[in-house]
Amino acid sequence: MAGKGGVGKTTVVAALAVVAARSGLSVLIAEVEGKSGLSKAFGVNDLEYEEIVLSKGISARTLTPDAALSEWLQGNGLGRIARRLNASGILEIVATAVPGMKDILVLGKIKGLEQSKAFDLILVDAPAAGHAVSFLTSPLGLLEAVGVGPIKTQASDVVAMLSDPSRAQVMLVTTPEETPVREAIETAFALEDRVGVALGPIIVNGIYTDNLTITSENELGNTDLFDHTALQESISLDAQVSGYPLSTAEISDIAAAISFRHARSRVQSHQADELSKSLPIPQLRLPYLFDGEIGFPQIERLADALSAQIESLPDPLIGEPAGKNE
Amino acid sequence: MNKADLGTSAEDQPEITFASLLAESRVIICAGSGGVGKTTTAAALAIQAARSGKRSIVVTIDPAKRLADALGLPGLAPDPVIIDDHLWMRSDDSTSGQLSAMMLDPKATFDALVARYADGVEQSERILANSFYRSISSALGGTQEYMAMEKLHELSECGDYDLIVVDTPPSRNALDFLDAPERLLRLLNNRVFRVITAPARTGFRAAGVAVQTLVRAISRVIGTEVVDDIVAFFRAFEGMEEGFRERAMSVRALIAESTTQFVLITSPRRDAVEEAEYFAERIGDHGYRVSGLIVNRVHPMFGSEHGDTLRSRAAALRGLPATETAPASARDRLSQYLDVLADFQSVGSRERHNLDGVQLRLGRGAAVAFVPFLARDVHSIEALDEIAALIFVTPT
Repeated sequence: MAGKGGVGKTTVVAALAVVAARSGLSVLIAEVEGKSGLSKAFGVNDLEYEEIVLSKGISARTLTPDAALSEWLQGNGLGRIARRLNASGILEIVATAVPGMKDILVLGKIKGLEQSKAFDLILVDAPAAGHAVSFLTSPLGLLEAVGVGPIKTQASDVVAMLSDPSRAQVMLVTTPEETPVREAIETAFALEDRVGVALGPIIVNGIYTDNLTITSENELGNTDLFDHTALQESISLDAQVSGYPLSTAEISDIAAAISFRHARSRVQSHQADELSKSLPIPQLRLPYLFDGEIGFPQIERLADALSAQIESLPDPLIGEPAGKNE
Repeated sequence: MNKADLGTSAEDQPEITFASLLAESRVIICAGSGGVGKTTTAAALAIQAARSGKRSIVVTIDPAKRLADALGLPGLAPDPVIIDDHLWMRSDDSTSGQLSAMMLDPKATFDALVARYADGVEQSERILANSFYRSISSALGGTQEYMAMEKLHELSECGDYDLIVVDTPPSRNALDFLDAPERLLRLLNNRVFRVITAPARTGFRAAGVAVQTLVRAISRVIGTEVVDDIVAFFRAFEGMEEGFRERAMSVRALIAESTTQFVLITSPRRDAVEEAEYFAERIGDHGYRVSGLIVNRVHPMFGSEHGDTLRSRAAALRGLPATETAPASARDRLSQYLDVLADFQSVGSRERHNLDGVQLRLGRGAAVAFVPFLARDVHSIEALDEIAALIFVTPT
């Protein structure tokens, strides 16, 4: 799962995990870029390298390059030098000399988890959009840079996983705003061209649902939602016939709120349409939650919204028994 | 340092406003997490400065073309570009102002630095051709950010600008430039590699068994070619550390100057506010302080009634039986209106709760501005004007 900072990527990862767990899959959420707020939403402490259970069917852990490296060195009979490497500062030199080495360590670990079949689904909360591309291109870069050795083997195994749609897909997350949409489009093309990884549906998060019936069937249906005077008259009329008087101030507040919501909603639909035009892949749309705070109940609501839409997708994305990374 | 201590050093200082900050600063460093409108805000600050008659420049390290978007430009060159007056200047602006923008090219900046401190063309060419060198500028954490500071130093020295606004990259490591000079110097001075490279005549033999074992182990993992490149780099770099060290010191001195200010940009979301507080701590740890806080994308609130009250009123209204004079449809709509209001009250009060006390924690006396969620998208000069107006009129 990849997306620009601030689009709610982690929340969407959590919601998707809930969807999968509800259908009986065992899910692992892997955090790869420091603390993401996931643990807070589930009401647990910050994630560690060691796996923890977040809720029924959902586990989570954080995958840091350093921890993955020492584990990998030990697995390759180099455990003895691991500590010295770190202390001498050579590790930093090596990581610098081989760009993407840290990424490959993390991706290699994910590949190992995938092949262990311990989980039906692995959801990777990837680095923010621009970095997601370099994160996922690192194995290819390494194949070119490093001629021999276990790192090369690791890289080609990861490339094999990434280029097999039945094993790995990338789901992009965006909000319906100009910059995130544009970045999502750029990322999508970069990922397809440079990584060759399959794209799953794109998630458009934070949509202001304009579910007010005022946009149809009534006096307000014909009211210009930016025309405050007309808006106030319609509200006032509804209040009168309902026998529920509102103060002038209240009517004016309601009118302003409706106008604002409508304006945002218009910008958003425009951006979501732009996204469809540039990126012909299915969209899963999630509502903006006015609760202002994301906890488990909110994640469940998003999961409900996702479930409903996933069912209507042409190919079931979730629900295959095979392990999958996104 | 704990959060409560933040800004205590600022207690005696006079209150800052964004107007005074702009008037008195020569450098403004904008920091904040991703998706909070940092680039746009940096551009808005630079425009405001230009409109007040300053020669300002906004520098971004962002690989995306976001700044170019905000300025309505097709793209930015790695060298400063002067933005056409007619794009941003208004009739009542001072005519002495000038607005420039540039997108940083960290590699080119690093190359220039090498050329500057190399002992002749031969040494600099040897370094520039080395593939380990090429990795340093992209793979060493914070190097890109550090190169932004290096460029900042250069722009500051050249005297072409009264104000330089720097936009930092949107990552958790956005403040890595603060540590980057040390990290770079530490790498260049690595003891093990100095042992390997210093007695160039005797090579690995002089390095001792322990080091040899280590180097062999590394070669097994990443290949001998890569290791050879590294060794060649350290040999080529010999003698240049001093120049780099001095340069790092003068960059640091520039950041420490009283005319260099840090402005934090955040959104009112809890995670963004926490990130901003973390940034403030790190900035404080380095002995600098935050002079301004700009909170973008604040939801508007309408009226003062509590969200929950509005929601129960809406529910009550829905529960009333329909009568001939009070049709269900009108009541339904009315309850929805109240729900819309409740939505904004809920999110608005939650955001204000997130921001509670943030001013105190981020730095007493710092200028604070709130920029509401704009109903339209922000990629035009008009929108930047609107943002600037909001920043510069908000009472602190």
